Amino acid sequence: MSFSFDGGQRRGFAGDTLASALLASGERVFGRSIYHDRPRGIVAAGRDEPCAYVQLGEAGQSEPMQQATRVEIVEGLVAAPLAGIGSLAAEADPDRYDKVHAHCDVLVVGAGPAGIAAAWAAGRTGARTLLLEDDSALGGQLLGVAAESPGAAGRTWLDEKLAEIATFRETRVHTRTIVSGLYDGGSVYALETRIRPGEAGAPGVSARRLWQIRARQLVLAAGALERPVAFSGNDLPGVMLAGAARMYLNRFGVRCGEQAVVFTTNDSAYSAALELHRAGCTIKAIVDTRDDPRSVFVSRAREAGIDVRSGSAVAVAHGGDGIEAVTVGRLLGESSVVSELDALDCDRLLVSGGWDPQTQLLRQVGARMVAQGASSGFGIETPPPASTLAGACNGTFLLGTTLSEGPAAGERAALAAGFRAEPVVVPDVAEPLEEAPRPVFFVAPPDGDLSSCYVDLHRDATVDDVQRAVGAGLTSIEHVKRYTSAGTGAEQGRTATVNVAAVTAELIGAPLTEVGLQSARPPIIPLAFGAMAGRHRGDLYEPVRVTPIHSWHVEQGAVFEDVGQWKRPLYYPLDDEDLDAAVLRECAAVRAAVGMVDASTLGKIDVRGPDSVEFLNRVYTNAYENLAVGACRYGLMCTLDGMLFDDGVVMRLGEEHFVATTTTGGAAAVLDWMEEWLQTEWPDLDVYLTSVTEQWATIAIVGPASRDVLGRLTEIPLDNESFPFMGIRHGVVADVPARVSRISFSGELAFEVNVEGLSGLAVWDAIWQAGQPEGITPYGTETMHVLRAEKGYVIVGQETDGTVTPVDLGMDWIISKKKSQQFVGKRSLRREDTARPDRKQLVGLLPHDHKVRLPEGAQLVLDQSEPVPMRMVGHVTSSYDSVALGRTFALALLESGSDRMGETVYAPLEGRAIAAEVTGPVLFDPENERRDG
Amino acid sequence: MLLISCPWCGERDEVEFHYGGESHIAYPDDPEAITDDAWGEFLFVRNNPSGEFRERWLHTHGCRRWFNLLRDTSTHEIVRSYRMGESADQSSGAERESD
Repeated sequence: MSFSFDGGQRRGFAGDTLASALLASGERVFGRSIYHDRPRGIVAAGRDEPCAYVQLGEAGQSEPMQQATRVEIVEGLVAAPLAGIGSLAAEADPDRYDKVHAHCDVLVVGAGPAGIAAAWAAGRTGARTLLLEDDSALGGQLLGVAAESPGAAGRTWLDEKLAEIATFRETRVHTRTIVSGLYDGGSVYALETRIRPGEAGAPGVSARRLWQIRARQLVLAAGALERPVAFSGNDLPGVMLAGAARMYLNRFGVRCGEQAVVFTTNDSAYSAALELHRAGCTIKAIVDTRDDPRSVFVSRAREAGIDVRSGSAVAVAHGGDGIEAVTVGRLLGESSVVSELDALDCDRLLVSGGWDPQTQLLRQVGARMVAQGASSGFGIETPPPASTLAGACNGTFLLGTTLSEGPAAGERAALAAGFRAEPVVVPDVAEPLEEAPRPVFFVAPPDGDLSSCYVDLHRDATVDDVQRAVGAGLTSIEHVKRYTSAGTGAEQGRTATVNVAAVTAELIGAPLTEVGLQSARPPIIPLAFGAMAGRHRGDLYEPVRVTPIHSWHVEQGAVFEDVGQWKRPLYYPLDDEDLDAAVLRECAAVRAAVGMVDASTLGKIDVRGPDSVEFLNRVYTNAYENLAVGACRYGLMCTLDGMLFDDGVVMRLGEEHFVATTTTGGAAAVLDWMEEWLQTEWPDLDVYLTSVTEQWATIAIVGPASRDVLGRLTEIPLDNESFPFMGIRHGVVADVPARVSRISFSGELAFEVNVEGLSGLAVWDAIWQAGQPEGITPYGTETMHVLRAEKGYVIVGQETDGTVTPVDLGMDWIISKKKSQQFVGKRSLRREDTARPDRKQLVGLLPHDHKVRLPEGAQLVLDQSEPVPMRMVGHVTSSYDSVALGRTFALALLESGSDRMGETVYAPLEGRAIAAEVTGPVLFDPENERRDG
Repeated sequence: MLLISCPWCGERDEVEFHYGGESHIAYPDDPEAITDDAWGEFLFVRNNPSGEFRERWLHTHGCRRWFNLLRDTSTHEIVRSYRMGESADQSSGAERESD
């Protein structure tokens, strides 16, 4: 297969990773490091890789920060090395992403020997079992074991079990699926790669799939990762983890190095050394920290003629763009200092500092870690509820032990989920025992310079950095992490965290367990935003709500605005009118003749039951017992702290039947609020609430000619006597049963026609046709806002922000004075702070310059020449140009506003200040002479 | 992500619910009769324990019923869910299924 790397064409084989293909072609320098700009090579073979990061793909499919060790090569793959930072694509991603919600009895994370065995044992009980593996292949560490390695019986047994698993109806196995996060209650997120980067996908198939899994039981079989050792020059290209070299050799047929030195603290690296030796690589020496290693692995190495240097360590790696030689010495006692130095030439240094169980997932949910003496890594103290560990992530490294531990874990998990099976028979696996390691985390160079002893190759953090952090007084591992940034990289410091903890522990003289490990957080690998969004993008990002009349607005070329999830016409431009021009025209038409507005988005809550009046008396600030059937009343709703929450009109349709309207954006919150009080505080009230917002279309006909227009469509008497202001009448409008009310949000004579939603468009059209003689003008929300502001009517959420009381708005007249009426928030209105006379109060503002419009949100001051910081006494809440007033005006909240009538306030802006006179908020028709036509 | 047992619907994912703060805060018998301080205490002051906590939840995307949950704030373990008007000690609450 051919692919592109760093602009050049390369070749590899199917099954190669980007890393294995590059190593096979002799690549040693992969890229540069993030801060120190040092050359870096490939260090690992899996998701622990700290250096070899690439940007994949082009244009919208470009994906940053992918590990070359996890990228499978496909024909035509494009990759470029990154120095620790990628870049997001500027173009939209054409790939499809989706999500799956899954439930299972047993989730097994990791398909190495322990995971396969556990999934088999759980699956055979009939438990719904999910086995997820990050790699493209099953087998875990066994993929990197030479064919002639011990334990063949175990490997055969696992192959049989995999074949058996394929026959289980309730067991599913997914490769290329990385479990990225574990949350409470067995909630798990996993990312499946379904189309590999660079691969041509099939139509309709998602490139990535985010699994959201709820598992009753979790078996963590995520294995272990090899730990490097920090010594001088340990970041040089050619310094590689011993297990990685073994994996490249056995799985990918890539021999790393011609002349290698092996540096180890344990037996595992001996297998790597022997297998490389057999493959033709000269092993110059195995440098072993242990004083007297004598296991069968050591004997075999000696038999093969390999120089084993016990009680020794590599102190320095030398080289320019890659390792050329190492300085080796004898460790002095228990210290990290070496003496009796010797130099060895080499082109590879294979390192094994030990193996760390991969427990991040359990640490994400707060599992405590303890240092494990013998293996020198950390293990989980107590697994969280409903979870079990098996295999290397449990500190079990022998295949034979794993093959009894895995099935036991799977069976236990299935049993806990309510499934039982016959006992399991596992094979005897003949394999030699390993000797205890002698952990060494870092080696001090002879010159004492710790600034090239790297503890985190990804973040370019050194032992010197940790020393400075500790020197600055930081002893918590979380603080050391933030000071040095060690462990904060995209790979979450998989090769770094234990060494940082160990170096910190040594420097502050505390036990490793006490220092502990840095916290682990999801996601385990960088997750593409596209995967998190899934199908929720573009048109599916958020639901869009439209009224039954929407198509008419679209045909008329309305410009829409979003109000909550609703699309509402903002204005209806004629020709090439802009917002301002259209609004002046719409306002003029309404005040002079007639306009119509689609008010269907207003929330409508049907209130029924014998205690409806009492209920309304409690949630609104005014009283409802004296509201006649067939009449309506404007009401305010406060939160418990006395602040205005919502407003609307309550219509009484029967003795025990009301409809309450709410603001468009507040409908759901008001219904929730009402339900909350009914259910939690007043369960004794017999009241039923139903949202009927979408069942009704509401059309307001507004202006002096509205009576004439509506009169052409209905037999309902519309004169003031028969149909007074705030009255409700039932009848037929445009051949459709209708509920008509005389409500005005503009100060003009107005009728609100409510019809069944499905008839909304037909009735709208009929009114439109009937109004043609008067030139009926459809208007949008902006005109509606100007008309109401001219009358000083507030909009909840525009004049208010949760800190404004009805009294602040001058609406005391809507607050019941009756002692017995205890509405929500009443007591708060006389709290000392809420009753202050110098609170911000609603006022009108008239800019001295009639043409200047105050910006909404502008702060107000009393003295424009005051030096900064000026004393801010209020802010502009609404501001418009008014055709009715022939000038600009604004509404504002102003400290002691009601006492400042006639005073001048200033809105200081960049380079200028706008002066405005304070007035009352009602600027148009203060006597309400237009209301009845 | 919690797995919450609604006393009406059974175990459901946390995304179906809304949190409603501390439960069992008694509304004052006569708000007009108490001091500003006492009213302020009722309005704004809530417990924030590390450990078991009685709290209100709303099954928004389900039965739309409010109910109580006894939950450990340090482990996120849900001890019990029970209906409005019931006490956390009552065994009539829906016991969590063992895990």
